[in-house]
Amino acid sequence: MASMRDIKRRRSSIQSTGQITKAMKLVSTVKLQRTKQAAINSKSYFDYMYKTVSSMLAKAGEIDHPYVKGNGQLRKAVVMITGNRGLAGGYNSNVVKLLTGSELKKEDLVIYTLGKKGREAMNRRGYELSDDYSSMIDAPEYVDAMRLSSVLLNAYKAGEIGEIYLAYTNFKNTVVHEPKLIKLLPVDEKGGIEGPIEDDGKAYAPMNFEPEEEEALELIIPKYVTSIIYGGMIESVASENGARMQAMDNATTNAEEMIEKLTLQYNRARQGSITQELTEIIAGSQAQN
Amino acid sequence: MADNSNTFKVRVITPDRTFFEGEALMVEFNTTEGEIGIYKNHVPMTVIIRPGVLTITGEDVKKAALHSGFVEILQDSVTILAEVIEWPDEIDEMRAMAAKERAERLLSERDPKTDIARAETALARAMARINVIK
Repeated sequence: MASMRDIKRRRSSIQSTGQITKAMKLVSTVKLQRTKQAAINSKSYFDYMYKTVSSMLAKAGEIDHPYVKGNGQLRKAVVMITGNRGLAGGYNSNVVKLLTGSELKKEDLVIYTLGKKGREAMNRRGYELSDDYSSMIDAPEYVDAMRLSSVLLNAYKAGEIGEIYLAYTNFKNTVVHEPKLIKLLPVDEKGGIEGPIEDDGKAYAPMNFEPEEEEALELIIPKYVTSIIYGGMIESVASENGARMQAMDNATTNAEEMIEKLTLQYNRARQGSITQELTEIIAGSQAQN
Repeated sequence: MADNSNTFKVRVITPDRTFFEGEALMVEFNTTEGEIGIYKNHVPMTVIIRPGVLTITGEDVKKAALHSGFVEILQDSVTILAEVIEWPDEIDEMRAMAAKERAERLLSERDPKTDIARAETALARAMARINVIK
C-alpha cells in the first residue's frame, strides 16, 4: 500500500488540477453565453442571405457566370476554422478528421487556416497551407470575413483556384456541435449550403432584379461568401467554447471522483498506521511485564 | 395583410444585429440604379445598395448611413441586408470630413496609380456619412 505521504501528495496535486479545470469551465461558460448570443443575432441575416441567393439561382439556371459554372481549375481552396487553443475535447481534431477523411484529394487542396491548432495538424500531415488568419478567430469581426473572402475571390477570378470550401463546426445547441464541410463556390444551382433554414412554406413571389440577374449575381455572391465565412467563424467560436466547457466539466468531475477515492485510501492508511502503532505499544508493554 | 393602412414592415439586419424593425410609410435609399423610394405594394424586387442615406419615414423620420448590402422588396415588407450601416450618433464627423477631403484630392490629382473605383467609393461613403449628420 502506498504510504500516507504519497497519497496526500497525489491528492493535493489532483485537487489543484481540479481547481484549474473548474476555473476554465467557468470562463468558457461565460464566453459561451456571449458567443452563443452573437450566433443567434446573426442567424436572421444568414437565413435571408441564403434565401435570396437560392431564389436568385433558381431563376438563374441559364446564367453563364464563373460563380455558377466554375472555371475549370482543379485546385481547391479550403477555409478551415479551428481554435487557437486546445483542451476543448474533440473540437479541433473533429474538423481535421473531417477534412482528411473527405473525398477531396490532398494534392488538389490549398488550406487557408483560421486557428493555430488546425494549422499545426494539417502541417504535420503535409497539406499545402496558404496564409494564416488565426488571429481573426479570437474575436471574429465582419470586416475580417470581408478581407478573407476578397482574397479568395481574387484567387478564384484569377483562375488559381477552382472551388472554395469551408470546414467549420456547426453550433446546433450548447451540447451538440457538428463539424461540417460545405462548398461555397461555384454555387450549386440548388443553393450552395444546406443549413438550418426554416421553410416558411410561402411560395416565392416572382422576383425582379435590378440590375439584371447576371450583374446582381456578380455583386451579391461576394456578400454571400463573406456572410457564410463570417457565420462559420462565429458558429465555430461558439462551438469551441461549448466543447471546452463540456471537456472541462468532465475533467472536474473526474478529478472529484479521484479525490474521493484517494481520501478513502488515505484514511484507511492512516487508520492502519494507528492500529499498527497501538499494537506495537501494547506488545512492548506486555514484553516489559 | 388585409388592413387598409399604408404602412408596411421594414427590417434592417446586419451580420451582428437587427438594426431596425418596425412599420413605415416610405423608405428611401440609394441603389446601383439610382436613388429610389418605396411605398407599400411595390413590385417585388431585389436591388443592390450604393453608399447613401437611408431614410425610414414612419411615425417619425429616421436616418442612417447605409454603405453596402442589398434590399429585398416585397409588397408588404422591405428587408435590408446591410453589411455596413450606421446611425447618425455612431458617426465621427471629423473623420468623415477628413475622408472626404482625402478622396477628393485623390480623384482630382488624376494619378494613374490611384485606384479610382476605390477612391470613388470612399468619397460616396464619406458623403453619405456627412449627409446623414446634417
